[in-house]
Amino acid sequence: MVRFEGVTRRYGDVIAVDCVSLDIAAGEFFALLGPSGCGKTTLLRLAAGFEHPDAGRVLIDGEDMTGVPPYRRPVNMMFQSYALFPHLTVAGNIAFGLRQEKMPRKAIDSRVDELMSLVRLEGLGGRRPHQLSGGQRQRVALARALAKRPKVLLLDEPLAALDKKLRDETQFELTKLQEQLGTTFVIVTHDQQEAMTVAHRMAVMDRGRLAQVATPAEIYEQPASRWVADFIGDVNLIEGVVEAIDAGLATLAADGLRLRAPAPDNVVTGRRAVLALRPERIRIAMAPQPDGVAGTVKDIGYRGDSVLYRVALASGAELKVSVAHRTRLADLPVGRGDRIFLAWPPDAGVLLTQ
Amino acid sequence: MAGRETQSIGTRLVVLVPYAWLVAFFLVPCLIILKISLSQTVLAQPPYEPVLDLSAGWAGIRDFLAGLSADNYATLAGDTLYLASYLKSLEVAALSTALLLVIGYPVAYAMARAPGRIQAVLVMLVILPFWTSFLIRVYAWIIILQGDGLFNRALGLVGIAPRPWLATDTAVYIGIVYSYLPFMVLPLYATLQKLDEALLEAAADLGCPRRKAFWTVTLPLSLPGAVAGGLLCFIPIVGEFVIPDLLGGSQTIMIGQTLWTEFFANRDWPVASAIAIVLLCVLVGPIAAFEHMRLRDARRRS
Repeated sequence: MVRFEGVTRRYGDVIAVDCVSLDIAAGEFFALLGPSGCGKTTLLRLAAGFEHPDAGRVLIDGEDMTGVPPYRRPVNMMFQSYALFPHLTVAGNIAFGLRQEKMPRKAIDSRVDELMSLVRLEGLGGRRPHQLSGGQRQRVALARALAKRPKVLLLDEPLAALDKKLRDETQFELTKLQEQLGTTFVIVTHDQQEAMTVAHRMAVMDRGRLAQVATPAEIYEQPASRWVADFIGDVNLIEGVVEAIDAGLATLAADGLRLRAPAPDNVVTGRRAVLALRPERIRIAMAPQPDGVAGTVKDIGYRGDSVLYRVALASGAELKVSVAHRTRLADLPVGRGDRIFLAWPPDAGVLLTQ
Repeated sequence: MAGRETQSIGTRLVVLVPYAWLVAFFLVPCLIILKISLSQTVLAQPPYEPVLDLSAGWAGIRDFLAGLSADNYATLAGDTLYLASYLKSLEVAALSTALLLVIGYPVAYAMARAPGRIQAVLVMLVILPFWTSFLIRVYAWIIILQGDGLFNRALGLVGIAPRPWLATDTAVYIGIVYSYLPFMVLPLYATLQKLDEALLEAAADLGCPRRKAFWTVTLPLSLPGAVAGGLLCFIPIVGEFVIPDLLGGSQTIMIGQTLWTEFFANRDWPVASAIAIVLLCVLVGPIAAFEHMRLRDARRRS
């Protein structure tokens, strides 16, 4: 539905988007995720037509959008600031796009009513934006962007201005709405939890390039690079040299440890590699484990639903271990300074070469 | 506890100062003018009666009140000269304000759209004329507009015969528009500059081309600035004296000039005061509208 072909956008010397090629399928809920300044918003604005590529082209629904102004594109955008017209009422804001199409008045009214009930704003049609709460304004912006039945809805940090509780609720509402309408949604966010919650597929961006495009689960469990592994969630990165590859399992020698992990195709014996290991995949035991390592508890971080241990290994390296917290803090079997053993299934880690 | 009380007294005092100022230098003078407007002119010092004689006690106050009359207002209503002056003033003010809007809006719009660094320079340029006295700048227009002045000579260069400009309505409008342009441009610039670029993008995104978005988004949102600028110009132009006196002719008699004549030439303080009171009443409407608009705007922003 949206296709970027080798799209580059520069601002002076800064390359905001660097030769990005990306295909977003019809009906997909797609997330663009990355730290601030990674070019994700620029990519969205290229699709909306507010920015023009210096190289490459953008296609929407198979049509080349080069030279097509924003007001002729079959996409609508929900702005981060909402950009509601302060001089118009809620109904006037939602109707704005329909009025541009010279739709008959009756049809506009019924479409506006339909949208207001869709986003649960019934009875607020006569209010002005400044008389609404943040959550209500967000829903007006959403209704306005959906009014013209766009082929693609572009959402620029749509939930950033909401507080956490409301944000969590709205994430599920967005997913539900997208399923209900079947419209292609492209969301830009810097909040990885938000991206993973709402998106079918997501692109992680770094300095204008796509670091990885995959489903949220793949990105979390099979990060393509050290950067992605580090950016998404909490991770232990252990550097070493690949000592042997045997039956699909590679052995990494790192600071006197022998660690095993599935060997991807690009791993070669004798080369350096990094083992990415999620803290919640590591198990704590009080007795030595096969393929396990020994360490000393340096610190215990209490997070309510989980406990984060920082464990110093004999080599001096440090591993973070996260354990779901099911008892009271006072009942933890492990205390600071205790000697413990760590183990994880061989498929828990991912071996990365870049 | 004691600290809080002193603080609240201090706070109250701070609030009281501007009120005291307004009472002493605005309300009291207004009441004095109101009182003079109800008096009769006499050849004396001061040139009107009755004069309030407090040493005579209650009888003095009673005599004073009995001496007051609305005769001067009847004079104003009876002589078409005054009505004509009021109407001329309102006409000049309305037409000038319209001209100022038409000229000032594009200027303010261009300023607000200019790159950030240049904007500060442009604002400076708009304010620059204030560095020279207003009176001198109006005198300069006499030199430009007089028979063999710059304007006629410039017209001569393109083959247009010289015409008398000075002492015409045109000269008054030129002088007023020139003098009041900053008061129109600055409030308009302030509202246009605040306009969120995202609103225009949203309009474009919803199918409204840039040119059309000017009418559907920019113009309605700049209305408060236009109203502020309009009233900021209209109100003082109605009472304008210097510009029509220096640049205008005998056919352009504005109410400020009539008032001046009554006060200085005819030495008729009571009629002059009555003219001022009526002018004030005429202008209360627009002033109240201005205040209402300003408050609503402030409330919307909070």
